[in-house]
Amino acid sequence: MKANFVKVALGAGLLAATALAAPTAASAKTLVYCSEGSPEGFNPSLYTAGTTFDASSRQVFNRLVQFKRGTTTIVPGLATSWDVSADGLEYTFNLRKGVKFHTTEDFTPTRDFNADDVVFTFMRQFDKDHPYHGVSGGSYEYFNAMSMPDLVKDIVKVDDYTVKFVLNRPEAPFIANMAMDFASVLSAEYADKMMEAGTPEAVDLNPVGTGPFQLVAYQKDAVIRYKAFPEYWEGKAAIDNLIFAITPDSTVRYQKLKAGECHVMPYPNPADLEAMEADADINLMSQEGLNVGYLGYNTAKEPFTDPKVRKALNMAINKDAIIEGVYQGAGSAAKNPIPPTIWSYNNDTVDDPYDPEAAKAMLAEAGYPDGFSTDIWAMPVQRPYNPNARRMAELVQADWAAIGVNAEIVSYEWGEYLERTKKGEQGTFMLGWTGDNGDPDNFLAVLLGCDAVGGSNRAQWCNEEFDNLIQQAKTTADVLERTRLYEEAQLVFKREAPWATIAHSIVFEPIRNEVVDYKIDPFGGHIFYGVDLAE
Amino acid sequence: MLGFLFRRLGDIIPTFFGVTLLVFFLIRLIPGDPILMMAGERGVDAVRYAELKAQYGFDQPVIVQYFDYLIGVFQGDLGKSFVTKKPVIDEFLTLFPATVELATMGILFAVIFGIPFGVLAAIHRGKWIDHLTMSLSLTGYSMPIFWWALLLIMFFSTTLGWTPISGRISVMYFFEPVTGFMLIDSLLSGEKGAFASAFSHLILPTVALGTIPMAVIARMTRSSMLEVLGEEYIRVARAKGLAPMRVIMVHALRNALIPVITVIGLQVGVLLAGAILTETIFSWPGIGKWIIEAMNRRDYPTIQGGILMIAFLVMAVNLIVDLLYGIINPRIRYKR
Repeated sequence: MKANFVKVALGAGLLAATALAAPTAASAKTLVYCSEGSPEGFNPSLYTAGTTFDASSRQVFNRLVQFKRGTTTIVPGLATSWDVSADGLEYTFNLRKGVKFHTTEDFTPTRDFNADDVVFTFMRQFDKDHPYHGVSGGSYEYFNAMSMPDLVKDIVKVDDYTVKFVLNRPEAPFIANMAMDFASVLSAEYADKMMEAGTPEAVDLNPVGTGPFQLVAYQKDAVIRYKAFPEYWEGKAAIDNLIFAITPDSTVRYQKLKAGECHVMPYPNPADLEAMEADADINLMSQEGLNVGYLGYNTAKEPFTDPKVRKALNMAINKDAIIEGVYQGAGSAAKNPIPPTIWSYNNDTVDDPYDPEAAKAMLAEAGYPDGFSTDIWAMPVQRPYNPNARRMAELVQADWAAIGVNAEIVSYEWGEYLERTKKGEQGTFMLGWTGDNGDPDNFLAVLLGCDAVGGSNRAQWCNEEFDNLIQQAKTTADVLERTRLYEEAQLVFKREAPWATIAHSIVFEPIRNEVVDYKIDPFGGHIFYGVDLAE
Repeated sequence: MLGFLFRRLGDIIPTFFGVTLLVFFLIRLIPGDPILMMAGERGVDAVRYAELKAQYGFDQPVIVQYFDYLIGVFQGDLGKSFVTKKPVIDEFLTLFPATVELATMGILFAVIFGIPFGVLAAIHRGKWIDHLTMSLSLTGYSMPIFWWALLLIMFFSTTLGWTPISGRISVMYFFEPVTGFMLIDSLLSGEKGAFASAFSHLILPTVALGTIPMAVIARMTRSSMLEVLGEEYIRVARAKGLAPMRVIMVHALRNALIPVITVIGLQVGVLLAGAILTETIFSWPGIGKWIIEAMNRRDYPTIQGGILMIAFLVMAVNLIVDLLYGIINPRIRYKR
């Protein structure tokens, strides 16, 4: 028996050794990315998860305008230029010529990209009577979340290479929306062909785009394979093949990276960061995320109606201790409601200092010399902007106790939590936001605008001065003017203190040393066009 | 025998109903509105919320939803996944072979090592070999799978480099699945080294998954063997001067195996539960990982369909085990 066991073990070991030695794909450059999960599908307009965008929009498709890799700056994509009418209601896009779509098993394009593709892409989401509107479940959550159905009045093909979007109201962030994943341009010709064949869903499962990589195969929950598209309009990608090896466990991803089974991995386990830093084969990249974690005050409820009370509580919070204890170092203190990677971030804002004595004095000044009792709502979920709300609530609770404020920690199931905070049942609450389109409006108006009270403005804060500034910025196309307005709005925000701004998370991306020119995407995406592998 | 089979099949039907009922209502008791969960911080306005509710059928009374679901089940329609919008049954069938392959290897591993260990321990009762195998099996039994799996990866894959870390085959191999069983498909593909790669990818998940069942089987075999070895007919056989090996293998083991087979049957359930963790750690694209992801996303049709299929499977295996008794021990053949 014993001898047999040894034989089996040896045999297995030998097999393993041969297996590891065997596969090498000739001289083609293949980059393996250990992704964290399975995509929901391959049409980015139908979904909202970053994992899905990584697998679809960011490799396979292009948009009219795009974000310059590694930044939130908008650059031309499938549109070479765009004009905005004087009243801000018409956006006319001049389309790029000579852009090719992928050729797949089911589809060989007979024409280049043109205005029909743009009209198809947006009309499918916009027009409820469009033949494709209901295909594949037909829910366009991001298109809806960005208020596109209210904003857009019409989408018109002017000629083959010009498309005009007519809006119901001037809205400067519209151009940033056009760079978002849901705005990825699909092929109208392919859609027509699939509709004729009676298989319209194929458009969403076997994508045909204009992007740098084309999908070869998806083996559910296991592997996604792409190859570089040789006729890509920006030039063929430096790597020949791109493989997503789906690996949900972060520790296992790290082991695979270490063993060279993959080149890039997302979302490392914070406990592994130190070892990654020390590993000579691994380059641990990091950057501040496009998010903010905050503690909001319900400004419609006593005593938080008084800015002095809010200010005093802000000064009682020891942010350094929170960054150490909750973010485990993977966060940086926030002073503005927008992260520093977004344009118009105001560097001149002065954060409330941590000063319990001054906080106590200010509280007395506001009429609460003996403090008061309230609650802190802690989210039940983990988010990059707040990895442990419960722990954070405990730290804040202790800080406030030191100035005489007794806070009870409250928590609900996630859906319930969001509903109740919307209605304003809380005294103070924790939440955060991750940017969608890199526009300051996406934070300031969505989270703090008067229109958003009763919705995502859970601090129920409506300040006329602040709201005028952001409304003005929304309707101004001039970026310099917008920057000035947003900078001023941030100062008003800080003075009025509807939130204690806690932190921006730090995103870590470990990559192997042979990976050349990889850039962290501020939107949390993983983009492989422009990346190379050293020989 | 045939009558027994029909009677047992008759028992399965109410159980099956019970499972649909339990699964359907239990997952609706988990806090969390799937629509609000999907919307997250971004939220969803009242009109859109109502639209989505209607789209998923949540606007109907729960009891109506249940009967709609049940009617679908009997027509072989388990619904469409909220997330991928694909039929649940199609996704199940795509992923199921991976789980079967892993579970089969796991049970083989458990039996091949568990039974000999149990027999050895019983023969050498009270000696060091008994103490060793039993304490090893106790350790194996108490080891949390996720921890054991990570330990195996760190030692055999990262440190020694003997086995690959995760997945079913090296990503460099690519062929269309024929049977869905990677060991078979890799042979059919004719690609050099593909089978070896598939096999080497199976080793660690098999060990991780098979360890607990192996420990259970070893302990059961030992106690069952000890009981049988104390029986008079064994003493008679020995007194007749039969070779010790023959007494053990032919006379004792065969009878000792009856309770062991029951245990093996029960281990199938354990194995499928273990597959959920094992698959997640080893990035094994099977139904365990699929159900876990569905739970996180409150993808009701997928959770319902997946659990129903697993329950069905466990029932089927238990039925087979019952039938096997008769084959192994003629004394328990069933009569009408």
